[in-house]
Amino acid sequence: MSTLLEVEKLEVGFGRTAAVRGTSFTVERGETHCLVGESGCGKSVTALAIMNLLARNGVRRAARLAFEGEDLQRLDEAGMSRLRGNAMAMIFQEPMTSLNPAYTVGSQMTEVLRRHKGTSQQVATDRAADLLARVGITAPGMRLGQFPHQLSGGLRQRVMIAMALMCDPQLLIADEPTTALDVTVQAQILRLLATLQRELGLGLLLITHDLGIVARVATRVSVMYAGEVVESAPTAELFADPKHPYTRGLLRCVPVPGKTRRDEPLGSIPGTVPRVGPGFEGCAFRDRCEFADETCKHTIPRHLAAPTHDFLCRLPA
Amino acid sequence: MTPAIEVRNVRRTFKAGRRTVVAVDGVSFSVPIGGVLGIVGESGCGKSTLARLILGLLPADSGEIAVEGNRLGDMDRKARARLIQPVFQDPFASLNPLARIRDIVGMPLVAQGTFSRAEVAGTVEEMLARVGLTKEMGGRLPAELSGGQRQRVAIARALVLRPRIVVCDEPTSALDVSVQAQILNLLAELRRDLNLTYLFISHNLAVVEHVASEVAVMYLGRLVEREPTETLFAKPEHPYTRALLASVLTPEPGLGVPDVGLGDTLPDPANIPSGCRFHPRCPIAEPRCAIETPPLKPRPAGSVECLLA
Repeated sequence: MSTLLEVEKLEVGFGRTAAVRGTSFTVERGETHCLVGESGCGKSVTALAIMNLLARNGVRRAARLAFEGEDLQRLDEAGMSRLRGNAMAMIFQEPMTSLNPAYTVGSQMTEVLRRHKGTSQQVATDRAADLLARVGITAPGMRLGQFPHQLSGGLRQRVMIAMALMCDPQLLIADEPTTALDVTVQAQILRLLATLQRELGLGLLLITHDLGIVARVATRVSVMYAGEVVESAPTAELFADPKHPYTRGLLRCVPVPGKTRRDEPLGSIPGTVPRVGPGFEGCAFRDRCEFADETCKHTIPRHLAAPTHDFLCRLPA
Repeated sequence: MTPAIEVRNVRRTFKAGRRTVVAVDGVSFSVPIGGVLGIVGESGCGKSTLARLILGLLPADSGEIAVEGNRLGDMDRKARARLIQPVFQDPFASLNPLARIRDIVGMPLVAQGTFSRAEVAGTVEEMLARVGLTKEMGGRLPAELSGGQRQRVAIARALVLRPRIVVCDEPTSALDVSVQAQILNLLAELRRDLNLTYLFISHNLAVVEHVASEVAVMYLGRLVEREPTETLFAKPEHPYTRALLASVLTPEPGLGVPDVGLGDTLPDPANIPSGCRFHPRCPIAEPRCAIETPPLKPRPAGSVECLLA
């Protein structure tokens, strides 16, 4: 495996809100790295910051932000446009809002290839039809002529995936790609992503709030809380031996058929996620943590539980 | 004993241009007092329409619905509101953004027209405390609360008239997992303390397994299988139930993503397939499934609608 994406001490601020606070992780070629966390933890903002798609008032800073060794912070907008949708592609949660309702599936799909690779319309149309078939859409020729509103939610998300693959990306960032879908369709889309990732050797950065998805598809997991990665580990290890109190709390919140009992309350985390501004110090989880004490108001060390398993807490493993 | 909810052969259609969509197509079931019936199915299967019919928010085309022995049609709105109340999915869309929390929670009492201002204020305060909100939050607007707090407001409003039955339509789908757990625990606690009956609609089968005593599976307007929760999860009989259960992604690493073996989405509800309506997507369908309508087969504590079961 070789490193595709390096993110080191990424910070993103919007005015008085610190959305991402020193997040570091890497995505290797051929691996699925999941960023998991609850709403407002900064997982989507992290993805947008990598793609340089932040809203105008967003300020991005990082010790290192590199794709295939190339420093993304030194690229101008034209340079970034060359990469975006080309070598690094993104899939969003709601395919209806990210597909253009006024253009056919075919014209949206072929535009990507013609812009980035300068191919002819014919070559682009052939590739679009191939990819639609590849993502399990029957009668691709007919679908190319349709508009997004004529497709079901599952089909739209398949179109989004096919579109993201038009230029043979190295890295695919998927932000909650199945949250808007039925569970049956979710399973199909996740299987498809896993197959494509394996066969094309993609690096996949998958953003989700769903620990079930994480367990089933991730190679590696980073748990985010209030803009920080509080724990990162290979998937099996994170679920078998979670170290951070937040990770442990989250895992106890999820009902598991056959494991959690109906008459017993689920574990839950008291309180809510705090709003964190610039200059915040200490552990952001301390107000909700049963192990918190005075030292949690100061800088928190990162501990190693294993060579590839680290977490951010005053308590050692 | 009179069941809390009794639904007999209820049907409801909608006109969409020249087409007729059958949202609920001859559904019958009952829920005992103190029970929790979970209703699961994909979007478009008719589960929310069923909820609205039982709440009396939509009239049925045909069939009977009774709540604690009272036929819905025989009750006026105020009487209905004292018996059965809803909690909806999106607490932001279902709370008036311009009203103070205490006024939102007190509205069902005021609408009854029989309570003094002091009684309303007292009951509201008690109810807010019951769902874990402070008195001070009563003076705030919905936008000033978090998603979980807003759902607590919706629950307080539903319970302020001390109804017997609560219809929860995807009550935690818009919430984060840590908040979802808080709300599920609160609903369970309230049900025990107030001896409530729940109709609990959700697309999340793991949540339904946790809260429901019985589960009904809906497909294209029909109730295709109904069983006590343990039986349904241990021994699903309908191939659609099996597919739904297979699609639950439990947080167990190493199992991978299952092959559900279904086609892409629900067929068009305005053009329901012949025979068994599930046959075009069914992994074990036989030729006769396209012709014969499956009979309702009774089971010791439930029923299943499949020719091959």
